[in-house]
Amino acid sequence: MRGALSIRGAVKVYDPERSQVVALDGLDLDIAPGEFCAVVGPSGCGKTTLLNAIAGFDTLTSGSITLDGHAIAEPDRSAPPGADRIVVFQNGALFPWRSVLWNVTCGPVMQKRMGRAEATERAKALLARVGMLGSDDKYPGELSGGQRRRVEIVRALMNDPSVLLLDEPFRALDALTKSVMQEYLTELLVEVPKTVFFITHDLEEAIFLGDKVVVLTSRPGRIRQVVPVSLEKPRRHTVLTSPEFLAIKATLSGAIHEEARRAFVYGERELA
Amino acid sequence: MSAAPATTVNARQTGSAGHSRLVALVQGLLGLAAFFLLWWLLVDVYGVWRFRQLPKLTTSVREWLSPNPTYGISLYTQEYYKHLFSSIKRVAIAFCLAVSLGILVGVLSGWSRWFRAVVFPLLEVARPIPILAWIPLVLLLAPGRETAVITLTFLAAFFITTLNTMLGIKSIDEVYFRAARSLGFSEWAILRHVVIPGALPYIFVGLQIAMAACWFSLVASEIVSGTTGLGYKIWEAYYYVQFETMTIMMVTLGICGYLSSSLVRRVGNWLMRWRGSMLKGMAR
Repeated sequence: MRGALSIRGAVKVYDPERSQVVALDGLDLDIAPGEFCAVVGPSGCGKTTLLNAIAGFDTLTSGSITLDGHAIAEPDRSAPPGADRIVVFQNGALFPWRSVLWNVTCGPVMQKRMGRAEATERAKALLARVGMLGSDDKYPGELSGGQRRRVEIVRALMNDPSVLLLDEPFRALDALTKSVMQEYLTELLVEVPKTVFFITHDLEEAIFLGDKVVVLTSRPGRIRQVVPVSLEKPRRHTVLTSPEFLAIKATLSGAIHEEARRAFVYGERELA
Repeated sequence: MSAAPATTVNARQTGSAGHSRLVALVQGLLGLAAFFLLWWLLVDVYGVWRFRQLPKLTTSVREWLSPNPTYGISLYTQEYYKHLFSSIKRVAIAFCLAVSLGILVGVLSGWSRWFRAVVFPLLEVARPIPILAWIPLVLLLAPGRETAVITLTFLAAFFITTLNTMLGIKSIDEVYFRAARSLGFSEWAILRHVVIPGALPYIFVGLQIAMAACWFSLVASEIVSGTTGLGYKIWEAYYYVQFETMTIMMVTLGICGYLSSSLVRRVGNWLMRWRGSMLKGMAR
């Protein structure tokens, strides 16, 4: 299986000439093929910076990132964005002017990996898997927030990426929809196993979905703690009250709160 | 979700169905009826103040509908259609030119930073010059009056279309470009599936204004340098004190403007069916 992601000494400094904002400061992280890595940390800790560097939207100041042994980011240079590292964005990026089916099939068709018929067949199978089969000729605007997220995850999986990059994809959803979406995601990943880099603010979400949870420090971003989660998969929401889950949550929440508090104090100082 | 400019017209059409449209129609007719009633009262019935000099509503309508009009212009005369069609032809040619060139230049400026840097300042200086000020220059340059009138009709519409296309492209959320690149779109596919559809709401707002600008500039240039056309005839009728003809041509012009704008709007709504559904989705 593909999808071994390795981050070595990642440093990102914004505006190096003047204000020198250090977003990432020597971050090392390895994600094994098929592993679900949930990254938690306070706002401004560099989570999205790291994701952008992996996706090819931004460069690193120093350090490197490799995917299955190929360098995808080196100092001031990064491989252009591609279908091996598909991003699901925080606010969604389905093309509102194209139908659900077009959105879902456009990746493999544009990359000439599948014909339109083959892509349509595959798309319908995946859409059916997330309960969205009847909506393939609708426009994204006709769907609810949760439905749009499901379609977007299907669109990502259609490209058979080596790594799936999810940037707080469920943030804008209400709590109930969110928990349903989390179950959909775990089920889909059992069927289509993928390496996942998942950013969130939500500790419970991170533990529920992750094979490991990574806590970042507030700015500059470093790794504070890595906790493996060995709960059996696919998980159901009943796991949230199990003693193992609560034990993991207890180990992590102290660290996260401390970082959040530091971030808050920084914020106060920056404003002053 | 998107930064698309929502015109009230679009919002109304996608709201509740036939009922509100009927109400709007009745309201619209009410306004028109009030105007004609006022005309009739001020001119025909009382002849108040300087309104006395204006053509009467009743004689204007009678002239328009007469098989043997006093001044040679009515629904039954070839003369009427000659002027009407020469104006429509000019607007059609000028509008099509403005749309194709305007969208082309707009897309290029929205697309290439280099192109925009070179072209934008020029456009910004040329754009505010009123069409009336362009007339002498265009008359000097254009071979023949017909080319001159069409060029003048084209100019304002071109500036508007270009600017709106450029704004439309700038309005597209960066996230769609990122998504397209991740999904392996070629530059051409990005243009076709992200840039053009993403800019379309702005482009069509621009096209509606451009259509109005076409009629405006047409009349101005026909008055100055035409030998046919609605604008030419309005001025000529004034000159020869054929005031009924003048009002007939004005009303005709209004109808033409309205019909052409609504045609643009309809094409736009059809091309942007997804927007109607988006407004519905947001209300949900």
